[in-house]
Amino acid sequence: MSLTGAVPEPHVEDPFDDDLGRAAQRRRTVLWMGGLSAGLLVTVVLAVGIGAVGIDPGTVARIVGHHTLGSPADVTWTQAEDSIVWQVRLPRVLLGVVVGAALAVCGVALQAMVRNLLADPYLLGVTSGASTGAAAAILFGLGAGFGENALPASAFLGALAASAAVFVVARAGGRITSLRLLMAGVAVGYALYAATSFLIFAADSAEGARSVLFWLLGSLGLARWGTPLAIVVVVVALTLAALLLWSRRLDALAIGDETAHTLGVPPTRFRVQLLVVVSLCIGAVVAASGGIGFVGLVIPHVARRFVGAAHGRVVPVAALIGAIFLVWADVAARTLLEPRELPIGIITALVGAPFLLILVRRFHSAGV
Amino acid sequence: MIGADGVSFAYGDTLVLDGAHVTAAPGTVVGLIGPNGSGKTTLLRTLYGALAPKAGLVTLDETPVGELKPRELARRLAVVVQEGTGELPLTVTETVLLGRAPHLSTFQRHGRDDYRVAAASLERVGARHLAGRVFAGLSGGEKQRVLIARALAQQADHLLLDEPTNHLDIRYQHEVLQLVSRLDVTTVVVLHDLNLAARYCDELVLLDGGRVAAAGTPDAVLRPEVLEPVYRIGVQRIDTGDGVQLLFRPLDSVPEGATA
Repeated sequence: MSLTGAVPEPHVEDPFDDDLGRAAQRRRTVLWMGGLSAGLLVTVVLAVGIGAVGIDPGTVARIVGHHTLGSPADVTWTQAEDSIVWQVRLPRVLLGVVVGAALAVCGVALQAMVRNLLADPYLLGVTSGASTGAAAAILFGLGAGFGENALPASAFLGALAASAAVFVVARAGGRITSLRLLMAGVAVGYALYAATSFLIFAADSAEGARSVLFWLLGSLGLARWGTPLAIVVVVVALTLAALLLWSRRLDALAIGDETAHTLGVPPTRFRVQLLVVVSLCIGAVVAASGGIGFVGLVIPHVARRFVGAAHGRVVPVAALIGAIFLVWADVAARTLLEPRELPIGIITALVGAPFLLILVRRFHSAGV
Repeated sequence: MIGADGVSFAYGDTLVLDGAHVTAAPGTVVGLIGPNGSGKTTLLRTLYGALAPKAGLVTLDETPVGELKPRELARRLAVVVQEGTGELPLTVTETVLLGRAPHLSTFQRHGRDDYRVAAASLERVGARHLAGRVFAGLSGGEKQRVLIARALAQQADHLLLDEPTNHLDIRYQHEVLQLVSRLDVTTVVVLHDLNLAARYCDELVLLDGGRVAAAGTPDAVLRPEVLEPVYRIGVQRIDTGDGVQLLFRPLDSVPEGATA
């Protein structure tokens, strides 16, 4: 006999029919997802309309509809409005959506992977690597072969090189543990930080140093229709899909290596898979938008407050919240000091840091 | 059936297991006993494949554990380990549902039946009322029962437990082991308390320095002349009408290496 005996046959009068609140849980999740999706749509339309030239949401919707669905066919807006919406702001807002979602879900994955709620996607040294690559491109013209994409291309290569280094250091002995991953990430991060500083120092160009600093603090200003944006969209979509499919494994890994193993999730192999996916995703995101802090750290906590800790719900909800948050942060970055543009990292940190403090207080009172 | 045949394991140069043998016949409860550092947990970890033995063979129903795919192993062998809970505030229901993971493909969500199995498992350990609570906020005894419920939700016909009575008061120690012994599942359990081992195990394996010092029925293993040299403590055995009871006292001898 086996434990199967513990389970009543489906046709028997079932004493467990209230299903542990499954229906209620589902309703709540559907409500959150529906509400946030609608919120994201509204966010996109409003954010595209906001700027030096204000454009009402109705016109925004018509222009986007005209370009994508061919409807309405009649042009009732000016050429200037058309190019502001379609050429300038929409790609930028779209990049914001994708980058925000990516940072948030990669933060979720990283926090499960190293079992530390203070982990963020930059922990793996990816940002530092991208920064070194970007600094080399800005100051010394590295990656000139990629033409106008020299900056994102060399940032991406820098990011990949850094994660490869973290991976090699952390893998010593055939296993990858949370602690080793954290330490390798920190060590590689500092080494590359030193390298970036050295490049800035060696180049001795005030203008170049300023560009590097601006890039380090993040900006969506490089967004335009084209291959780089397409690459980011595809990579982020694939990452999101992978993390959704891996949600139960993330739950198991977040509890502990031993538990994960006994539930059929080999911890080291799964960590390697996560590492590859997250590094590629963050590499692509950082290359396109620089180092935008705090989103990957804070948004996962917000999502968990809304829908609990199970990754099947946290991943999609965090993606939506991250997208909405980053688009509004970019609106603030574009408009607060008009006509000058603030690095978006300043906004996310300004909003994120107090938020994190509030969360920590709540955690404390909840005994977690 | 769970089998370990001549299993050795070393951390670096330190040999922790030295040719250990364990066999758990179908439906029996085998207790692993022995002093701290005798290799009980290491042996258990080789049984569920978290450690690959340096020598010897671990089998599940005659199949080498190393040849089973991770998910298949988890469908046939459930484990209750001593491990922290992580920082995520998962609920009890979510914790027990994880026991269904080995039965679901990557593309499947938890279905009605998975929730039903989870509810039945919680009911079985008397923890149904905890379903909505956050796991990390439970008491030690409640956590232990929920972890056993998760193991039940795996619906495996083999079960391993690493000191499941840790942190439990006396009543829960008996409740948990009574529950385990009535499951009729092939079980290997690491136990510190020899009186609990006497009452709830069909067979005992006594480890000492990574080797099997004695194996057999509780009646054969739990004897002063067997236990005293291994635990270095005085043992008095009382055969009551209700089974074997052991009493312990310090040995009068001065510890090795100490000066008078």
